[in-house]
Amino acid sequence: MNEMINRRSLLQATGALIVTFSLMPDAGGAQPASLAKTVSPDRVDGFLAIDIDGAVLVYSGKVDLGTGVRTALTQIVAEELDVPMSQVTVIQGDTALTPDQGTTFGSLSIQNGGMQLRRAAATARRALLAKAAAELRRDASLLAIRNGVVVSKNELDGRPKLPLGALVGGTSLALPLDNDAPLKAPADYTIVGKPMPRLDIPDKVTGRFTYMQDFKLPGMLHGRVIRPSGIGATLVSYDETSINHIPGIVKVVHINNFLGVVAETEWSAIKAAQQLSVTWSKWEGLPDEAKLWQHVRGTKVVRDDVTSNIGDAAALRAATRKLSATYDFAIHTHGSIGPSCAVASFVGGKLTCWTASQGVHDLRKQLAAMLAVENDDVRCIYVDGAGCYGRNGHEDAAADAALMARAVGGPVRVQWMRADEHGWDPKGPPTLVDLRAGLDQDGNVIAWESELFIPDGIATFVDLVGADLAGLNSLGKLSPGGVLNDLAIPYGIENVKTTAHRLESTPLKPAWIRSPGRLQNTFANEAFFDEIAAQTGADPLELRLKHLDDPRGQELLERLADVSNWRDRPKPDRSADVVIGRGLAYVKYELVRTYVGAVVEVQVNRKTGEIAVVRFHVVHDCGQIINPDGLRNQIEGNIVQTVSRALKEEVTFDRSMVTSLDWASYPILTFPEIPDVVIELIDRPDQVPWGGGEPSAAIVPAAISNAVFEATGARLRSVPFTPAKVKAAIGAT
Amino acid sequence: MAASRLNVNGATVSVTADDPDTPLLYVLRNELGLHGPRFGCGLGQCGACTVHIDGNAVRSCITPLSSVNDGKVVTLEGLGTDERPHPIQQAFIEEQAVQCGYCINGMIMQSAALLTRAPKPTEQQIKAELANNLCRCGTHLRIVRAVKRAAGI
Repeated sequence: MNEMINRRSLLQATGALIVTFSLMPDAGGAQPASLAKTVSPDRVDGFLAIDIDGAVLVYSGKVDLGTGVRTALTQIVAEELDVPMSQVTVIQGDTALTPDQGTTFGSLSIQNGGMQLRRAAATARRALLAKAAAELRRDASLLAIRNGVVVSKNELDGRPKLPLGALVGGTSLALPLDNDAPLKAPADYTIVGKPMPRLDIPDKVTGRFTYMQDFKLPGMLHGRVIRPSGIGATLVSYDETSINHIPGIVKVVHINNFLGVVAETEWSAIKAAQQLSVTWSKWEGLPDEAKLWQHVRGTKVVRDDVTSNIGDAAALRAATRKLSATYDFAIHTHGSIGPSCAVASFVGGKLTCWTASQGVHDLRKQLAAMLAVENDDVRCIYVDGAGCYGRNGHEDAAADAALMARAVGGPVRVQWMRADEHGWDPKGPPTLVDLRAGLDQDGNVIAWESELFIPDGIATFVDLVGADLAGLNSLGKLSPGGVLNDLAIPYGIENVKTTAHRLESTPLKPAWIRSPGRLQNTFANEAFFDEIAAQTGADPLELRLKHLDDPRGQELLERLADVSNWRDRPKPDRSADVVIGRGLAYVKYELVRTYVGAVVEVQVNRKTGEIAVVRFHVVHDCGQIINPDGLRNQIEGNIVQTVSRALKEEVTFDRSMVTSLDWASYPILTFPEIPDVVIELIDRPDQVPWGGGEPSAAIVPAAISNAVFEATGARLRSVPFTPAKVKAAIGAT
Repeated sequence: MAASRLNVNGATVSVTADDPDTPLLYVLRNELGLHGPRFGCGLGQCGACTVHIDGNAVRSCITPLSSVNDGKVVTLEGLGTDERPHPIQQAFIEEQAVQCGYCINGMIMQSAALLTRAPKPTEQQIKAELANNLCRCGTHLRIVRAVKRAAGI
C-alpha cells in the first residue's frame, strides 16, 4: 500500500481544476504542466480518483457522442468498485485530465475504453481492500466493498464500516493498472446488465444541459466563417466597408483563403458573414456528378489490399454458372442536427479549445501543428455536442475558432451555419463494389470474388478545413476510416478472394460516417448473397445457414427466423400495386465481433417506386450487455438512421461545390416514414462486451434491397433507393 | 440599441437588440441564457429552435424579434424543471426518449402544442405533427412513445 502516496493537495487541485474548467472556465490558456494529473492509461490514477467524500471521478478518454455511453461507463466503474452510481462522475475527453484511449469511433467505447476502466476499478478495489485490511487489522479476503463502504463479508452487523472516502480521502490512487486484477463475477452484478436510466436525460429534456453550443466564456466574441464558392477557389478580394453598417464588428480575419469575421454578438457575426462582399476565383475541379461512378472507376489505384484469399481464385473461371453484379453507395454527409461549434482562447502562446471532438488528443496534435506551437501548449476539452456519427465538423470548427482567437486575442466561439456543415464536413466517400460468384452444376457456391473501389487511407488525421484554406499544416491525410472491414465474408465458401483497390483521391474530402466501409461492404455482400440464393432457388436464410460454420451466428439466425416468423412468411402478391416483401441480412462485425441479423418487411409501390419500410426485426449479440435499454436505444437509432441513408440520402454537387446545403436538398427520414423496430437482445454476461454503437447499421440497406427483390423481383444495387431507381429496376425485370 | 420588452416564461423581461430583425432564437439564448431552443438550420427546416408563442409552436430561428410584440413566449425551460418536469418532459424521461438530445427541445415543444390542441391524438396525428421536426439519431420511435404516454394513450 506504500504506492498510495498522499497527494491530498494535488487531488484537491485536480478537483478544483475540473470545477474551474467545466463551470467557470479560465480563459487564460492551457494549464501549467505542474498541475497536471497523470493521463497515463497504465495507471489507476490515470482513470480514477476518489475524493474525501467518497465521490469517484472517472477520467474517460472515450466520450459520449449522444449514445449514452457516459451512463454505461458509470455502470461499469460503479459495479467494479462497488459504489453507487450516484457517487460516480465521468470526466470526458480532456487532454489535461483524461488518458488517450483512442478516438471515440468504431464501436469501441465499451469494448476497449470501458474494459480499461473496469480493470482500473478492479485494480483499485483490490488495493482499497488491502489498505482497509491493514487499517482494520483483518484479512483482506474477509472484507468487501458494499455501496462505497468497506464492510466485513460475513458479519455485517456490529463490525466497523469504513467508507472509501475515509479510507483514501486525501490520497491518490497512484498504482500501476494491473490487467490481471481479479474482476467481479458477472453473477454478482447488480448494476451492469441493468437498464439504468440515462444520467443526462433529465437535464436534456428541461433545457439545463450544457451542450458545446451553449458553452460560454467571459468576454467571448462570436466568429463565423466565410467559405470559398468552390472547394479549391482562391480569395481574390473582399471589401470590409461592405459590412460597416453592421454594429459590433471586431475583425475580419484573413489568412490566405481562410476568411472569417469576429463580432461582439452572434447575430452581427452571422450578418457580416452573409453580407461581406467577397470575390473568389472560379474553380471547377469536381467531376461531373452524372458520371461519378465512371470517375471512381477511372481514379488511379495506388495500392491493392487483399482482405481475404482462400482456396484458388481460378475456381471462379472454371465454374459452371457465374453471377456478377456491381453495387454502389452514394456520398453521405453526417447531418448533425446541431452544426459544429467550438470555443477557443489563445493567450500567451497557449491555446485552450472546447469542442465536441471524438478525439481530443489527436485534435491537440493537429491544432498544435496548425499554430506551430508545442502539443503541451494546447489543451482540448470535450463538451457534448449534437450527435456526430463519425468525424463531422467539430474539429474543423475548432481550427476556425483557434485561428480567429489568435487573430483577436480574446476567446472566440464559432458555430457553423447549416450550409457550412452540409457543405464542408468531410463526407462518406462514394463506394463501388464489383462482385462475382461461381456455382457448380448442382448449384453449390464454389467461388466468390469481390473488388472494392475506395479511397486510400485509414482513420487518422482529417485535414482541418480552416488550416487547409489558411495554407497551414494540420497533419491531414486521406482518411476515410476503416473502410476495408467486412469486405471479406462470414460464409464458408471454398474459394474466396476479396480485394480493395485503394484510390488516389475521391471528389470530396472523406472521413468516417457510422459503420464506414462495413455498411457499404455489407450492403454489397449481403444483397449479392441474396442474388445467389435467388439464382439457385435456395431460401436466403437456409443458404446462409448452410454456409455458416459459427454456432453463435447460427443461433442468432435461428432466433431471427423465429421472431420474424421467416419460415412461414406469406408469399408476396405481385398482382397488387403495393406489394409486401421481406428481406434478410446478417453481419459478423469485422468478422470478429458483434453479430447482427435482421428481417425487414417493406411495401413497394410498383407504380410510384416508393418504398415504405414497415418493420425491422433485429437480433443482436454483442456479448455481455452493460445497459440493455441503452443498447436498444442505439439499435433503434441505427436502424432508423440507416433506413434514411438507404432510401433518401445523397450528397449532390456541381463542378465547384456541394449543392445539397440544407435539409430540403438533403432530405432525411421523417416521422411519418419511420419503421417499427422489434429487437431481440442476446445477452451473454460471461462473455466480453463487444461494441453496439454501429454494427446494427450495417445490415439495413441489404435487408431492404432483398425485401424489395422478394416483393417485385427487382434488384436494387445502388444506394439511395430512390423511387426513380426502384421504378427503373422494376421496369427492367 | 433599442430595448424591447418581452414576455418570456411568464415574466416580463427587457432585452436590447440593435436590429429588430434579430431572430428571437439569439435573444433567448444569448441575452436571456435560455438554452432549450437551439440553432439547427436557421431556415425553419429542422425544428430544433422551437418555442411557443401564445401556445403555438413556432421556429424561433426565423421569427424576428420585432414580430413578437406582446406574444407570450414559452421555452423548454418554461415548461418545467428537473424537480418539477412538465408531464411531457416526464414522459420523455420515462421512455428514455433521447439520444444526443439536440432536437429534443423541438420534439417536446411541438408535441406540447399538439397536446394542448388535441389531448388524445392518434399515433398518426403525432407523426404528422412532428413531420417537420428532424432527428438524426433515430430516436423517433421513443419520441412517439413518449408523446403517447404523455397523452395517456
